[in-house]
Amino acid sequence: MGGQGNLLATRLLGEACLAGGIPVVASEIHGMAQRGGIVESAVVMGDAVSPIVSKGEADILVGFEPLETLRAINKCNTHTVVITNIQPLPPFTVAIGQGAYPDVERILDLIRAHICSLITVEGDKLAARAGNPLSLNMVMLGALIGSRLIPVDGGMLKETISKTTKQAFLESNLKAFDSGIACSTPFSRLPA
Amino acid sequence: MTGFFDRSYRIAKSWLTLSAMSGKAVHKLLVDSPGREMFLLGNEAIARGAIEAGIGVATCYPGTPSSEIPDNFFAMFQEGGFYFEYSSNEKVALEVAAGAAISGVRSICTMKHVGMNVASDSLVTLAYVGVNGGLVVVSADDPSLFSSQNEQDNRYYARLSGLPMLEPTTAGEMKDMTVAAFDLSEKLKLPVILRTTTRLNHLRGIVKFGSIRPVQLKGSFKKDPFRYVAIPAVSRNLHKILVEKYDQALELSENSGYNRISGRGRWGIVTNGVSMNYVQDAINDLGIGERVKVLRLGFSFPMPEDLIARFLTGVDRVLVVEELEPIMEREIRSIAQSRGIGIPINGKGDGLFSRIYEFDPGLVRKTIASYFGVPDTSPKAVDVTDIPDLPGRPPALCAGCPHRAMYYAIKKVYGPDAVYPSDIGCYTLGMLPPLSMADIVICMGASVGTSCGISRVTDQKAVSFIGDSTFFHAGIPALINAVHNNHKFTLVILDNGTTAMTGHQPHPGADTAPMGVDTRQISIESVVRGCGVEHVQVVNPLQVKRSVEAAQASKEFDGISVIISQELCPLFARAVKKAGKVRPFYVNQDKCRQHRDCINLLACPAMYIADGKTMINENLCIGCALCAQVCPENAILPLKK
Repeated sequence: MGGQGNLLATRLLGEACLAGGIPVVASEIHGMAQRGGIVESAVVMGDAVSPIVSKGEADILVGFEPLETLRAINKCNTHTVVITNIQPLPPFTVAIGQGAYPDVERILDLIRAHICSLITVEGDKLAARAGNPLSLNMVMLGALIGSRLIPVDGGMLKETISKTTKQAFLESNLKAFDSGIACSTPFSRLPA
Repeated sequence: MTGFFDRSYRIAKSWLTLSAMSGKAVHKLLVDSPGREMFLLGNEAIARGAIEAGIGVATCYPGTPSSEIPDNFFAMFQEGGFYFEYSSNEKVALEVAAGAAISGVRSICTMKHVGMNVASDSLVTLAYVGVNGGLVVVSADDPSLFSSQNEQDNRYYARLSGLPMLEPTTAGEMKDMTVAAFDLSEKLKLPVILRTTTRLNHLRGIVKFGSIRPVQLKGSFKKDPFRYVAIPAVSRNLHKILVEKYDQALELSENSGYNRISGRGRWGIVTNGVSMNYVQDAINDLGIGERVKVLRLGFSFPMPEDLIARFLTGVDRVLVVEELEPIMEREIRSIAQSRGIGIPINGKGDGLFSRIYEFDPGLVRKTIASYFGVPDTSPKAVDVTDIPDLPGRPPALCAGCPHRAMYYAIKKVYGPDAVYPSDIGCYTLGMLPPLSMADIVICMGASVGTSCGISRVTDQKAVSFIGDSTFFHAGIPALINAVHNNHKFTLVILDNGTTAMTGHQPHPGADTAPMGVDTRQISIESVVRGCGVEHVQVVNPLQVKRSVEAAQASKEFDGISVIISQELCPLFARAVKKAGKVRPFYVNQDKCRQHRDCINLLACPAMYIADGKTMINENLCIGCALCAQVCPENAILPLKK
């Protein structure tokens, strides 16, 4: 969602790829998303040149909010690894009593039932513990890197974070990133 | 950071950098280091291309998905030493750029696709008059309508005006083609249209910098009435010249490196723009590289007829992969017919591509596989039939948005039966319940024009809403019409001091001093009075009682009346450091009797219900006090801190 730092995470990942000589394209949804709607981005590494990911074609789905992760499940197939923050941010429609937010465990079960593997992250908690609630995006980036599913290592990304982050937030960002790595599950290769 | 909040901070940051310019950090798009590779947004790549081409003038009216091009110009024009302006609308923007280009200075003008409709009157005759310095017009189309009122295909504008068109495929090409478009423009002495789509504007990819040509800021206008004064006698000759230029442009298109054939098979694919990426991936995924020959048209108008004919004679059948209208498909078929080539040429239709919405890699792969009869290797998407309906997350007016307050006052006085024509901006979000304050929206400025007709032929009250930037853009002629022809309705001008929806760009009524830019601020009230409106009220919408009184007075007035609803967009105010101290409110649970007028009438995202109690999220509340004024129990109070 707007404010969670999705687009910065996308940019950092792309810049780390560029620095590491990995071909990369990405895409972002702007526009109405900026009024509290959903923010979605795609990062494609390697030989493919299309900047977006079609339904059922994501190798990895990183969700910053559990309900939104479930909403994006149509991007997945049975080999997809999903990494999600498990701390909900209910849409305001729910907050004012229009519709109900599903139980988080139920959301996670629904996700698990459809995909290969689920990595859960207490994103907001780790971000707060790192000293900055806005560093959720760094936690999630860390969890992605910690999965070892993409050819970008923690060192490459930390260098990019250090180059682009304001001094005041650098320490908390790196701390959040490390805590994301620590809570992730390392894979030996992409499930196929 | 991302999202709306962070975006406004980012823009503020660039403004503050501007005002405190000390030359310490060079804008990343101004760095003069050829060969350097950067991971850029498509729109940044276009802006960089313009810098490399040595532009002297850049103009625009902002609009998604084009806005990051001018926003980058705005952030760097002082440092870059070129002229930039946010113009009052696209037509004016094009005319400013045209005047500069005719005087010999390289100029660029950017707009979203529907902006081209506004600029088209100038564009079509500008093609007759031509230019001297290069002029590039960027059209950002929006297939799938991510943030637009239609998904028109602006490739038709090349056909309508006779102007050459370039269509890039990658971030790198968006930069390179911008540079090439300037050279092409000067060669033909014609404006060149660079056409993009949302996916290109908002993709990110690796861009290799070239060298920067020095800025040429000054030109000179050399009088030549038989070229520049488009009266019938002159234009008859100019049209002939334009048609001759078509032949020159055709020759360049035939030999352009942007129109290229790859592969060597007997199956033909013709494609353009972002679709080329999908085609390339599909061919690899399907493993049919040896069987397919692809023609990518990057210099897409004029279509290179000989090249296409040669391509057609080397293949057995052709699939045309183009988003939106079947423009290439029909022209290729016409070329085939005139050259006696009888192979099947397909694109749109049953089992093939649609004329609506954007494509994606899976769709293109599937269609190519089925057209050429090869197995589709796409992974199977998960079956989502067991996933329940999820609560939506629709965009909404922000907490503390002054538009919500004005909607409340107007609705309270005029009720649900009045007709509420609205316009293009954040306030269009007022169409959603419970506000439900937009009954008809067509295009920029249409709220005022349609109100004239609706109020003339119905017995319903009409109250139309238009934003400040939109009023300057296209509302003024319609307001003059309303006054002159004695139409009777109320126009509410929602003046929040900025062009909020597209990312807080300034407009003629905005104060640009905090951004360190010297422009003259135009008073909306003076304009309205100057248009001849006699019943004008200026209110702060967050003062509910006063706003309701103003609405009542407008309702009782028999004629055209205007309410100017004046309060800064709070996000913008915060970005330019004009916001006061935030003092959030809370609900005193002892007094609250759960009428929930606050929630049911206002739909503010800072409010929520927990354990049956109405609550306010103090991190989201900015203390606008609207709910406190609406609460019948006076149960909403400022937090003591």
